[in-house]
Parts: sequence; structure tokens; C-alpha cells
Amino acid sequence: MTTQEQINTHTISVLVDNEAGVLARVIGLFSGRGYNIDSLTVAEVDDGAHTSRITVVTTGTPMVIEQIKAQLGRLVPVHRVVDLTVETDSVERELALIKVSGKGEARVEALRMSEAFRARVVDATPDSFVFELTGRTEKIDAFIGLMRPLGLKEVSRTGVAAIARGAEAM
Amino acid sequence: MSEMMTGAQIVLKALQDQGVEHIFGYPGGAVLPIYDEIFQQDAVEHILVRHEQGATHAAEGYARSTGKPGVVLVTSGPGATNAVTGLTDALMDSIPMVCITGQVATHLIGNDAFQEADTVGITRPCTKHNYLVKSADDLPRILHEAFQVATTGRPGPVVVDIPKDVQFAEAKYMRPAAVEHKTYKPQLKGDIEAIYTAVDLISKAKKPVFYTGGGVINSGPQASQLLREFVKLTGFPITSTLMGLGAFPSADPQWLGMLGMHGTYEANLAMHDCDVMINIGARFDDRITGRLDAFSPNSKKIHIDIDPSSINKNVMADVPIIGDVAHVLEDMLRVWKSRAAEPDKKALADWWTEIEAWRARKCLAYRKDTKAIKPQYAVERLYELTKGPNTYITTEVGQHQMWAAQYYRFEEPNRWMTSGGLGTMGYGIPAAVGVQVAHPDALVIDIAGEASVLMTMQEISTAVQYRLPVKIFILNNEYMGMVRQWQELLHGGRYSSSYSEALPDFVKLAEAYGATGIRAEKPDELDDAIRKMMQTKGPVIFDCIVTKDENCFPMIPSGAAHNDMLLADDQGLDVEVSDAGKVMV
Ligand SMILES: Cc1cc2nc3c(=O)[nH]c(=O)nc-3n(C[C@H](O)[C@H](O)[C@H](O)COP(=O)(O)OP(=O)(O)OC[C@H]3O[C@@H](n4cnc5c(N)ncnc54)[C@H](O)[C@@H]3O)c2cc1C
Ligand SMILES: Cc1ncc(C[n+]2csc(CCOP(=O)(O)OP(=O)(O)O)c2C)c(N)n1
Ligand SMILES: [Mg+2]
Repeated sequence: MTTQEQINTHTISVLVDNEAGVLARVIGLFSGRGYNIDSLTVAEVDDGAHTSRITVVTTGTPMVIEQIKAQLGRLVPVHRVVDLTVETDSVERELALIKVSGKGEARVEALRMSEAFRARVVDATPDSFVFELTGRTEKIDAFIGLMRPLGLKEVSRTGVAAIARGAEAM
Repeated sequence: MSEMMTGAQIVLKALQDQGVEHIFGYPGGAVLPIYDEIFQQDAVEHILVRHEQGATHAAEGYARSTGKPGVVLVTSGPGATNAVTGLTDALMDSIPMVCITGQVATHLIGNDAFQEADTVGITRPCTKHNYLVKSADDLPRILHEAFQVATTGRPGPVVVDIPKDVQFAEAKYMRPAAVEHKTYKPQLKGDIEAIYTAVDLISKAKKPVFYTGGGVINSGPQASQLLREFVKLTGFPITSTLMGLGAFPSADPQWLGMLGMHGTYEANLAMHDCDVMINIGARFDDRITGRLDAFSPNSKKIHIDIDPSSINKNVMADVPIIGDVAHVLEDMLRVWKSRAAEPDKKALADWWTEIEAWRARKCLAYRKDTKAIKPQYAVERLYELTKGPNTYITTEVGQHQMWAAQYYRFEEPNRWMTSGGLGTMGYGIPAAVGVQVAHPDALVIDIAGEASVLMTMQEISTAVQYRLPVKIFILNNEYMGMVRQWQELLHGGRYSSSYSEALPDFVKLAEAYGATGIRAEKPDELDDAIRKMMQTKGPVIFDCIVTKDENCFPMIPSGAAHNDMLLADDQGLDVEVSDAGKVMV
């Protein structure tokens, strides 16, 4: 029973027809059935075939995760559902834009940190920076944590995009 | 084929090409072009209901009794919102339905136009799929797709929302054959390795039980035939859910009766004690499993279901087989025969001895009464006097529904129409209307409760208009009996708002509609009254006055395990229900 109760985080990729309402179907399914969405990204990935890729990061017991995948697969416009966490080895990335304002010591420290994290400065004023950072969710979380005492103002994150390693396509 | 047609003409042409003979509907501004086309043709007959909910349940009754999709046509706004209950009901019970809704013109969508509702938004969670048709060019494809999605795989309701300008616009028609869906392809054949494993397990079973459900009915008459063959070959006991009644003949000695909350003692104990459970087209609903951690603790579970999301949803399957019941059973039978597999006869004989001891409890026995009609007795007599292959039963929701399931008996599939998953009071009359439209010469009876029946009573008017001789057999206990029973069990007998106050005189009500009213109050007048009902040509409302405080047994109180059943001869309802049980519905 204990393994059943274990809550895990999974990254699930869903290839869908890019038609009106498809995102509402996916989101409605999660809210209607009480599943969690930690992150969700969506964009058209093949304009010829009119398909979009939705990447959902979700948490649940193994039984719930299996239900989520089966329920997604049941939606009529869904082509494929792949659990990148269990089925393959995958690469996950997120992009964040992070605004920090401050002067003096804090400003210097923020810039130094951004270099350590390989963040790019995409906007600068005498008393602020906007950093662009890509990486795994944990890396972005860590950077934001470090910016907090240094004058963190606001954050905009894309959510996770993910893809399997190797030559195979989903 | 490249002839141009209006959207409304395309709708009628598509319905004809899909073999639709009847649609249930109600007109309004946003569907007038379609009604105009209906007026100008004869192939599709329109049945005018009295409320859009009635149209949806009529379509469900039609679908369940024929295996064909039920088709509904309603207007925008209130027409569509009135259809929501029936759509949800069809989704829960896996009933194939296509519901065409009118919508305001495309350029008005989003403007809070007159009778505008976000129909695709509202119906998204209560349909298998839905469409907003933005251009007449898409209409033929969408309509044919709608029928394909509604009727294949796990069946369900599909809404096609058609703005009024699209109904006037011209486009090229396309035949069904030309339409193939890009992504939607349900799996019919089961994995053969899993079928081998299942056959292995079945032949080694010592205490097996077949647990069958609505999926057998959904799969078609062939599935029931194959099921009968397999059950005969193995000699195993078989039980079914409420939704699967009729797939296996109740007259057969291997039949244990329905299982679940109000199922038989023998069916539930066989489920609890079995070592191999063969689930065929049932979904481990909470009315079946009761307390999940105590559900059939020692069995290996084989689960055949066409919908992957039914597998491992509530109960983990040891051998999941995704596929259509008929396809899988065909393969299973072939493998069984080719291996010359044999059940463990010795173990099986012992198992049947155990089962017979449970059967001997006679859990459906009740105390007879000579002065008043017991509801169980009423259903028993109704069964004896009306049984036959051409009799179709619908129900409302409540105690009478359970008594109908327990005391009416079914030998064939598609003869039993009930709202199982959603439990919609008001289902029975319109469903009976739909069944009678499909089977004009059949005897169609709605076993009803006096409270439920008032929810869609106006459909008697539909029955009268179309000369549909449906029989509404009301077990009138002057209570929302099922609610009263739960209040007795869980709320100290405080019958808050469950008394059916200010009831109409059902005999006079029938007459007001132009139907016939019959009343029976004493056991000795019941048989004659039922005969009179059967001899009456038109629709009948039968007011059967029954004892008021009867409870429905057996009962597994919510949150209890299968071996914690309450039987009629026990202490009654004087039991403690756990806190976990009290929060269950
Ligand atoms: C007041 C009340 C009391 C009730 N008490 C009971 C009770 O005591 N006992 C009871 O049994 N029910 C009871 N019910 C009904 C209960 O709520 C459920 O509706 C019912 O148990 C579900 O039946 P099922 O498992 O057969 O599933 P269904 O809802 O019929 O689902 C069918 C399953 O089969 C699958 N399927 C569909 N088509 C196919 C195919 N072609 N091939 C393979 N699989 C397919 C579907 O995916 C689904 O999983 C009660 C309802 C009410 C309103
Ligand atoms: C539309 C709807 N509203 C409420 C309920 C809750 N409910 C379930 S059974 C029941 C009472 C039904 O009474 P009646 O039709 O007289 O049947 P009885 O139980 O007395 O046989 C109620 C209110 C329901 N199932 N459906
Ligand atoms: Mg009643």
C-alpha cells in the first residue's frame, strides 16, 4: 500500500490537434477530476500537420498518474501521450525572465550571481536588471531564491518544455 | 456529389446517410432552418417532446433498446442547457447519442446575444466530444465524425453546435465513407498474450466469479451470446451490475443475481471470497466495491474493458485486457477450446456448495401482507403477468428502481433501461417514450416512483400525441423512499423534506393528458388491474399504492465491506455507519 500512496512528479507530453478548445479540454480534465498542474506549456509544433504539443508537469500517486495518462488519451483530438518521466530519459528546460532592482552592493552581487548561473542580462537600467535564464526547474528556483534578498521584483516563467533524448520522436 | 446544399440540408442528408430514422427534439429560433428541412422530407421522423431533457432521455431509451445512436435536436441557449442532464446521464452510462444544438450566428457569438449560451463550454465535461461548427464546409465531416465518435469505442454523447448562419450557408456535401478521423481509433482486439494469461488463470481457478456489466450490452447482442457460451463452458457463477442486466439470462442456475449495494447476498459474498474475478465490461463502481480496501481481498482480477481509463481506476487489475467484449470473448473462447482447457471441477463443486448455502438465506424474501401491497410483491406480480421477449422495462431512480432490478427478471439484453451512473429521477417516462418509438409493438413499462415521475410527467403528452402506449407503473409510497431510507439509517429518522406532499391524483392526471389512469390499493385487486393495464391500447398511468415505510434490502451501507450486508430479517436499519461511510453518497 505504501508504494501506492507515494506521490511523484511526472512530466507528460501530449501531442494534440491544434483545434479550437483543445487546451480547454486538457485543463478542464485536470480541474474537473482534481488532478494537479504544476506547470503547463503549449504551442503549435507542426504548422503543416496542425499539431500542438502540451507539456504538463503533474504530481500524484502511481494510480493517479496512470489515470491522468488514460484520461488524456481518451480525449478525441489527442494523438499521443508520453510520460517522459518513466518511458524515456529526457531533457527538461524552462525559461525565466527575472527582474531585480537595487543599488550598490546588492546590484553587484546580483550581477555576479547571474554570471555564475549563466543568466543573460536582457534589460538594464541604472537601478534594475532583467535576467534571462534557461535550465531545469530546480536551477531556476535556486536562482530566484538567491535573488530574493537582492531586490527581486518579479518573475515570468514559461513552464517546462521537455523532449526525450536520442533519435526517436514521440 | 459536388452539389451545393445549405447547412440545414446537409444536416438532414447526413442523418439519412447515417441511417437515422427518428430524432427527438424541440424547436426554437436557432434551429428553424433545420426544422424547415425536416418538414420537407419523410425519411427522418421527428418526435416532438415537451422538454429538452425528455428528448435526451428518449434518445437514451431508443439507443439502449436498439444499439443504435439516439439523436436529439434542440435550440440554442435554454434548449441546450435543458439537454445537459441527459447528456451527462448518457456520458455516465456510456450511451451513444448525437445532440445537435442550434447556436446564434457566428458573428454574434460572445456578444451575449439573445438565447446565446456557451454550449461547447457548458457541455465539454458532459460529452464524449463536442464541436462548434464555424463553417458549413466543415459540417458534413463533423456530423459523420460525431456519429463515429458517439457509437464506437466506449459509446457516449456528442454535441454538434451549429450557428444559424451556418445552417443557411451553402457547402458541398460529403458521404460518411469519405470521413476518417485523424486521431480517434479505439482498440477492439485484446492483447493475445493477456488473453493467454487470463485463460490460464481461469482454468486454474478454484473460486471463480464472472462480474459483468454494461460493457457487454454496449458491445452488442453477439457479446451476450459469447458470454453465455463461455459461462456455460466453464460452469462458473455469474453476477452483473445494474447496467448489465439481461446479458445473461436470469433463469439460468449459474446466475447469482445483481451484485453491489442492493445486490444479492450470494453475489456479493461470491465476489468477496472469490480467488479469480473475471470482470467483463464493468467499471468497479463504488456501488459495487463498497469499502475499497476490503473489496475482494484475495482474488486475482481479470479486467476486460474498451476504455483504458476504466482499468486500474478504482481497483488494480492483475490481467488487464483492453478491447471490445465481443472481440475479446471470441478470442478467449477460441484459446479455451484450442487448449481443451477444463475448469477445476472438484474445486468448483465445493465453491458451488458454499454459494448454495448463501443462496439458501433467500435474501430477497420479504414478509407478505394481505391488506396492503408490498412494493416487492407489486414488481413480482408485474413480472409474472408481463414477462416476455417483447417487454421492455425502464425505471426512474429510487427504491422502486432497485426493486425492479431485483424482482423483475431479464433473459435478453437491451430490455432494461435505467439511469445507473447519474441516477437521474425523471429518466423513466421519456426513456419509455424512446423505447416505444423504436419498438412500436412492444410492451414498454416504466417502473416508477411517485416523486421521480413528476419530474418529466409532461412527456405523457408526447406519448399521447404519437400514440405510444407506454405504461407508467408507479410504486406510490408517498415518500422519496430512497431518501427516507437513508434518513432512517443515517439521520435518526428525521424525514426532512422527503415526504411526497400534495401529490396529484395520478388517475385524474392521466385522464387530463388523454391517457388512461388505473389505481390498485389491495393485493387482491392487483393482478386484474395489471391485466387491465396491458389490455389498454394507449398510454397508462398506473397508481399502485404500496406500503409506505418499506426499506430496500439487502443493503451494504456505504463505506462497509461486502460481507457486512444488511438483510431484511436482521435488525433492520439499526446499525452504526462509520464516519467514512457517512460522507459517501
Ligand atoms: C439508487 C441507485 C442504486 C444503485 N445500486 C446499485 C447496485 O446495488 N448494484 C449495481 O450494480 N449498480 C447500482 N447502481 C448503478 C451504479 O451507480 C452504476 O451505474 C453501475 O454499477 C455501473 O455499471 P457497470 O460497472 O456495468 O458500468 P457501466 O457504467 O455500464 O460502464 C460500462 C463499462 O464497460 C466499458 N465498455 C463499454 N463498451 C464496451 C465494449 N464494447 N467492450 C468492452 N468494454 C466496454 C466502459 O468503458 C465502462 O468501463 C445504482 C444506481 C442508483 C441510481
Ligand atoms: C434529479 C434528481 N434529484 C434528486 C435525486 C436524489 N434522489 C434519489 S432517490 C430520490 C427519491 C425518489 O423518490 P421516488 O421517485 O418516489 O422513488 P422511491 O425511492 O420512493 O421508490 C431522490 C430525491 C436524484 N436521484 N435525482
Ligand atoms: Mg416514492
